Parts: sequence; structure tokens; C-alpha cells
Amino acid sequence: MAEASAVGSRSRTPYLLLLPGMAWLAVFFVVPLVSLLMQSVQTPLPGGLPGQYEQTFRFANFVDVLSRTEFLGALGRSFLFALLATVAALLIAYPLAYAIALRAGRAKPLFLVLVVAPFFVSFVLRTIAWRQILGAEGPVVGALQALHLVPSNFSIYPSSLAVIAGLTYNFLPFMTLPIYASLDRMDTRLIEAAQDLYSSSWTAFRKVTLPISMPGVVAGTLLTFIPASGDYINAQLLGNATTTMVGNVVDSRFLVNSDYPTASVLSFTLMAIILAMVFVYVRRAGTEELV
Amino acid sequence: MSGWWSRNVLRIYAVLALGYLLLPVAYTLAFSFNQAGKSNLIWKGFTLSAWQGICDAPDVCAAVRNSLLVGMLATLIATVLGTMIAFALGRHQFRGRSTTNLLIFLPMATPEVVLGSSLLALFVNMGGGLLGFPAVLLAHVMFCISFVVVTVKARIASLDPRLEEAARDLYADERQTFMKVTLPLVMPGIAAAALLAFSLSFDDVIITNFNSGSNFTTFPKFIWTSSLRGIPPQANVIASLMFAVALAVVVVGQINAARRAKGLIA
Repeated sequence: MAEASAVGSRSRTPYLLLLPGMAWLAVFFVVPLVSLLMQSVQTPLPGGLPGQYEQTFRFANFVDVLSRTEFLGALGRSFLFALLATVAALLIAYPLAYAIALRAGRAKPLFLVLVVAPFFVSFVLRTIAWRQILGAEGPVVGALQALHLVPSNFSIYPSSLAVIAGLTYNFLPFMTLPIYASLDRMDTRLIEAAQDLYSSSWTAFRKVTLPISMPGVVAGTLLTFIPASGDYINAQLLGNATTTMVGNVVDSRFLVNSDYPTASVLSFTLMAIILAMVFVYVRRAGTEELV
Repeated sequence: MSGWWSRNVLRIYAVLALGYLLLPVAYTLAFSFNQAGKSNLIWKGFTLSAWQGICDAPDVCAAVRNSLLVGMLATLIATVLGTMIAFALGRHQFRGRSTTNLLIFLPMATPEVVLGSSLLALFVNMGGGLLGFPAVLLAHVMFCISFVVVTVKARIASLDPRLEEAARDLYADERQTFMKVTLPLVMPGIAAAALLAFSLSFDDVIITNFNSGSNFTTFPKFIWTSSLRGIPPQANVIASLMFAVALAVVVVGQINAARRAKGLIA
């Protein structure tokens, strides 16, 4: 960067620009994570009220919590549901993003607005709408019953399938937009060149289009998988006691039972696993510069 | 016939997928006209009563006011702080760039339940006095900053450096170049970042739920807590109005951008 100013101000300016925002992130992102870790190694205050804990650095809390099947099950379901929702969202979003980027013509801006439009309606209301759509009185079950494909007492809600469907739906725009962005930047002459060289349209897609869209696919899968694995709104509204995800447990242990150490152990474990997965995934996918 | 099919199958798919995306929006709008009883899950008949008395349901309008207040303040603070970081990253060389990038990336790679519960751990350790409006505002600014940085940084990176060089060639000093050339060119990115920050803040349930204490309610938290006993149709009315306003803002923005682009070419 060719800056015209004096050397002194050139070296100070970026730090002055960074300071307030980075300080905010340090105090309200990094410090809370330390608090969470500290809270995860606390034990109940002897003779104290429920919700009163002392700092005893009992790291065995992690072993205790993570050896209980109900908590392990909730963690496992979180990652399984998030994985299935991410795959489903990818399968739905890729052709949609492709159609908008390369086939929509003059309707492109309209289609893009419609992709983000669901965000303008409250997340919880959108999820409740799926409860109505998938419920026993809803149109999906009604149609299946009219075709005599399912028994009369059949219902999709509440179930694991409904939770996964809700997660897929709610994070679909996060999957669609990055894939669209990478396809929209693509030089379409590359496809023509591949076809000129006698590649079939399928081979051209596999060898040219798909690799070019990979950064979008990586970003989209992360933007879907991360919030889906921590979500508990869908599991709460579309599931039942057997579909609990780790977010539900953290929420109820923190806000209902005042069991801060257990909630902190689970929350911290979720974050540690996700960060590990993200770094491995980003390494393997070969897109180092995400920000 | 088969040629027509292969030309249009993707377009037909796109329309169906968009219909799927918008189906819950249609449900939300439709049930704002429902003769709701205790719950508003089953269609009972058409009425305008919720539209005629939007604030009739207890606490709903207070919750919307709180959401607007938090949303506007969080957007203002996060947009200023995030834009400053974006300029530092996009226009300056400095040590610690990769640490900065990491600290911007991590909040976006952390699930909301972790952000919410870790902030609650902090505020509980501090005695719980900040829970409520202050804690919610501090939290919303925190998770909006990274998204502002990413959005504004992308805009700065896409600028043609020749425009700023041209300004300097015409004897504009650094300050004039920034105020008259760089900032106006980055402005659409800043506006997009502010819109994104506002919509993230306005629709946040999880982080707000952890840090709002028992006496402070935002609109999403109102819907979430009342989902157990039944959401009043007034919430659907407000959500539908918000949808219309947001759609109008985006469409007007796109039309303006298209007009400006045409003006530049002509």
C-alpha cells in the first residue's frame, strides 16, 4: 500500500482502527469462553443453595458428564442431525444456486431476493409453520393419507425426520448463497471450451464447474453445519424427548436446573469438536483464507 | 419436446425450490388472519381482528420496541467497529494480521448456544447485574462485528485501485481521497453490512434467551416463550409486516443499484 503520510502515523493507524472492535471481541467473546471453561470445572458449594458453585478445578467433571449416555446421545444426535441436514441442504441448494447463477436470465435479482426472503420472517415462526405443515392435520400427511400410503394415525411431527427437515429448511439460504456466489463469478466460456474439446455436458460439469464452485460448497456446508449442530429450536418445536440435541441440554441445564458445570462441559465440548472439525475440513478442502 | 425439457428443467426446479422456501412465510401470513383460540396452529376461519388490534396481545408491542431498540443500537455500534477493522485489514499492513483474521472468524464458527452460554457464564460470574438489556446489547454487537467485517472487507477488496490513484494524481490529499472517493465507493458495502447486522440482531433467539434475564423480552424471545402456551396471531401480523418492510428495502436497494450501474455505463 502506498500511503502518502509520515511513517509514524502509517504504523499506528491500523492499530487504532482495530482497537475498539477487537477489544469488544476480546471482552465479550474470548473472556466468556474462559468463564465457560472455569465454570465447567466447578463443584457445588458445600452446604450452598442449588446454583451455588465453588472453583475447585475438578477436570473430572468432563469425564463424569461425557460418560453419561443421555448426554453422549444428545451430542451424537446433534452431529448426526446436522450432518444429514447439511447433505440434504447441499442436494437441494446446488441445483437451485446453479439455476439462479446460469439459467435465470433477467429474473436473477428476483430469485436472489426470494432466496433470502424467508430470513425476514422470524426463525421460530418459520419453524412452527413446519410443525403445522408436517403435523397430523397438515397437507403433507393429508395427501399421503388420501393416497392411502400411510395409516390414518400417521404423523411426521414430532420425529427425528421432522427435526432434520426443519434444520435443512432453516439453513438452506446459507447453503445456497455461497454456492451461487462462486458459480456467478465463473467464466462460462470455460464450459464452452470444455464442450468444444468434445467433453459431454456431464464431464464438463464434473471437471470444470464443480471444482470452480468448491469454495462456495465449503463455505455453504460450514455455514449450515455449524449453526445446525448447536441449534435447539428445531429439536424443541419439531421433536420430542427422544430427539434431544446438545443445545436442548445446555439450555435446560443452564436456565432451568442451574446446573452450570454440566451445561458448561457440554457447551465447551461442542465448541471444541466443531472447531477441530472445521480446521480439518478447511485444510482438506484447501481453502485456507476463509475470512 | 425433449429439448424444451432439458432447457427448462432447472428453471422449473428453481421455481419449485423457491416455493418450498416461501411456504412457511405463506403459512405465517395466512395464520395472521386466523380466528385463533388459545393456540394458533389450526385454521378456524378468517378474521381481521389481529390486524385491527396489533398491540392487543399482552407484551407483544413492548417486545417489538425492545427488538427495534437493541437492533438499531447493535447495528450502529457493530457497523462502526466492524468497518474500522475492515479498513485496517483491507488498506493497511500491520503485524498480527493472521491473529486478527482468526479472532474475526472464530465467532462465526462458534454455535450460538456456545456464544450464549459462555456470555451467561461471564455475566453470572459478575453477579448477574448486567443480564437484561445491557447484556443483550453487548452480545448482539459482539456477534454482528464479524459479519460486518467480512461484508465491508469484500467491498474494499473489489474496488478498482485506479480510482484512488486517479484522485491522488489530481492532487487530492489522503483525507480528501478517502472522504470523496474511497468512502462513497465502499458505502454500498457498509449499508449491506448494516442491513445484515440488523437482521441478525432482530431475529436472534438463542443468544438473547441466555442473556436477557427474566424481565427483558425481545420479539423473537416473546414468540419462543409463548410457543409453549400458544402464539397470539398478532405475532404473525407483526412478522408479516416486518417481512413486507424488509422485502421493500431490499427491492428498492436493488433497483437503485441497477439504476446507478446504468448511470455509470451511460
